[in-house]
Amino acid sequence: MKTPYMIFVVLVSTYVNSVLAENTSIDTLLQTYASQGVTEVDAEQGKYLWQKTFQSNGEYAERRCASCHTEDLTAPGKHIKTNKLIEPMATSVNPQRLTDQKKIEKWFKRNCKWTMGRECTVQEKADFLLYLNK
Amino acid sequence: MKNTLAISAVIFTIGFVTIPAVWSDDDHRWGGMEEYKHRSTGVAAVTDTVYSEECGSCHMAYSPALLPASSWKKMMSGLENHFGDNAELDAETERSITDLLLANSADRSDYRRARKFNRSIQYNDAPLRISETPYFLHEHDEIPNRMVTENPEVKSFSHCNACHTRAEQGSFNEHDIRIPGYGRWDD
Repeated sequence: MKTPYMIFVVLVSTYVNSVLAENTSIDTLLQTYASQGVTEVDAEQGKYLWQKTFQSNGEYAERRCASCHTEDLTAPGKHIKTNKLIEPMATSVNPQRLTDQKKIEKWFKRNCKWTMGRECTVQEKADFLLYLNK
Repeated sequence: MKNTLAISAVIFTIGFVTIPAVWSDDDHRWGGMEEYKHRSTGVAAVTDTVYSEECGSCHMAYSPALLPASSWKKMMSGLENHFGDNAELDAETERSITDLLLANSADRSDYRRARKFNRSIQYNDAPLRISETPYFLHEHDEIPNRMVTENPEVKSFSHCNACHTRAEQGSFNEHDIRIPGYGRWDD
């Protein structure tokens, strides 16, 4: 009788560990941003910026994060130009999201430049991370 | 008499061998009578995971064999404005992807279709769009706009895999074509 119980405990703890392990990238990045001067992180501010429309002189005059990712973080998005499927951003439905620091910074750089015409500040990146980690 | 027979036989054999080769699949147009290791209608499929990840997140990871080295060099030196999108890479990744592209470009490939792309491009020319190379234009010149650019499920000639169902495996065989809303395409 004891063995199935032990197996259950091991399975549950493995699952919990794996979930916790997936979030270390976000924690590490938030710590890095804190060391660069970010004192308060605000998911609401991240949401506001995510939904804000920016003007561009390029091919698409109005640009938003939602142009490709949609406003629903739990839904898949579609690249505005190529139609290619983009997996959901929310970590709750897509646990693979935000697990690789290098990848996170790469896409911040590219997508902030495309959407806003400049790189994001560390404050903006911190707010985005908190907003997306749900 | 024996000689005449032998000569006739030789002429007949030459004709029998060359005529189908000349008539088949536009080889005459792009000057290709050479023998290649790969006589298939495909190009080398993309297998490199870094390339698939870095060049296949926003669009299909195009086979390096679809453009010559000169094109890839130009492409990789302008990633901050990649057809209107920002596709910047860190220096190390950029270098390794450039190496991969140059080593497998159309002018280095021994796939027949890749060589056709290469031969159709003028010397010193470095087109950035596969869909603007003469070979591509020739192969698609009978396709009406309503099936591609005006077709909401296709939108652009750059979306190979919208119609070429096995494009990502490097196959552009006619039998694999399914145009959304129209179905098979028979040339």
